[in-house]
Amino acid sequence: MGTSVFYLVAFLSIFFSLMVIFAKNPVHSVLYLIVTFFTFTVHYILLNAQFLAVVNFIVYMGAIMVLFLFVLMLLNLNKENEPLKSGLLKVVGVVAGCCLVVTLIGSLKATAVSDPLVLQNPNLGLVKNLGKELFGPFMLPFELSSILLLTAMVGAVLLTKKEKV
Amino acid sequence: MDITFVIEKFILVAIIFGISLVIAMYSTYAERKVAAFLQDRLGPDRAGPFGILQPLADGLKMFMKEEIIPTHSSKWLFMVGPGLAMLTACIGTAVIPWGSPITIGGKIIPLQVTDINVGVLYIFGVVSLSVYGVMIGGWASNNKYSLLSAIRAASQNISYEVAMGLSIIALLLVTNTMSLKEIVEMQHGWHWNVLYQPLGFLLFIICAFAETNRAPFDLPECETELIGGYHTEYSSMKLGFYLFAEYINMFVSSAVMATLYFGGYNYPGMDWVLQITGPTIAPLIGTAVLFLKIFTFIFFFMWVRWTIPRFRYDQLMHLGWKVLIPLAIANVIITGIVIAIVEKF
Repeated sequence: MGTSVFYLVAFLSIFFSLMVIFAKNPVHSVLYLIVTFFTFTVHYILLNAQFLAVVNFIVYMGAIMVLFLFVLMLLNLNKENEPLKSGLLKVVGVVAGCCLVVTLIGSLKATAVSDPLVLQNPNLGLVKNLGKELFGPFMLPFELSSILLLTAMVGAVLLTKKEKV
Repeated sequence: MDITFVIEKFILVAIIFGISLVIAMYSTYAERKVAAFLQDRLGPDRAGPFGILQPLADGLKMFMKEEIIPTHSSKWLFMVGPGLAMLTACIGTAVIPWGSPITIGGKIIPLQVTDINVGVLYIFGVVSLSVYGVMIGGWASNNKYSLLSAIRAASQNISYEVAMGLSIIALLLVTNTMSLKEIVEMQHGWHWNVLYQPLGFLLFIICAFAETNRAPFDLPECETELIGGYHTEYSSMKLGFYLFAEYINMFVSSAVMATLYFGGYNYPGMDWVLQITGPTIAPLIGTAVLFLKIFTFIFFFMWVRWTIPRFRYDQLMHLGWKVLIPLAIANVIITGIVIAIVEKF
């Protein structure tokens, strides 16, 4: 049962991420991306990581994608007023894409089949255990990353100020 | 997973869904009656005694109206919008404990669809999704007023979510759990969280007004500036869904506030009533008490709507970012310090 659900959700994840790329309209792309994130949430639940699942749900689906949609709606990109891309740009795009594919295939061939990682504690993803881990052994990295985020936030606020501070 | 479990949950879900719809339906009637009461009018009084059939008449009217889909709209999303608004409004009820476990024929049935250990965050997640119905509908209409309204809804929702999340953090510091069932059980015997978190509750209720798009935060449907707001292009039952979703949202957020801050189904003298009436009737009385609290909140929502005028957009942003968020952060810090001191001594 678990594996078949996983394969179904994995298929949906890949399908919707492909739809993100193939959709012509940028707003449709973002909507497919939201569905993709939703399938990720289901993956986390299957892995018994409830906290991560619900945070992914709140932060990515509920906040970041709303802002994405917000910006795209504000830009109002329609097919009618989209500037035509020059031929040179298309050639550059194709070449860059092929380079990426070659690199990906090369790196995939280089990796061996990994050992399935056995989780020491399958309940690690529950809130209580995760909190104890984060504020115990991983205290310093956790605090450092939060300072990093704070710095980025202050920087973003500073950039929006027009006058000299 | 045995079959009785599935049937039991299915019946519970059906009942809760039905109750939410009926309450939302009669909230529209109550809103008119409350408005009439506050403005010294009579309100609807023609359909049935005291106009009690008015919601049915309104619903019939909505269904009978002509369905118009604008030619330059994106049709699929235009239809998804109202559906999404209804969906996100309804799924929040899944984690709310509607009563203490009830005993029917020797079998104990919990009056909660599911008790997940991140219940509070689930509610928060559902709230953060609720803006998509408005945004998608507003954008798909291909009307600049609808689009402006969708953008307003998005920025308002994001802004007030921050303060709401911070007020929930202070609450979680007090409760030490995210399971709504445990939060309600902890409040047994006058340990209502509102007594420990008065500021947190004030912030939460303001944000709840903003998240449900109720006045004075109903800027996305500000008709003086935006015609009808995000549902300008909508007609028939699609418009009905949008209006209906607002009332369901109001019901769910009232239920959440009653559960988180006002003791849920707890009431004074509960144990005494349990001894007298037995384990079948007593939980039902608890449920009735919970609904009484919910109706009080719904009345409060309406009372505010007909009392306070709508904010200006800059006032809205000022209140959200410069007043509520600093207050919420201060609340978290003070709560943390107090708890540390109490635990020390």
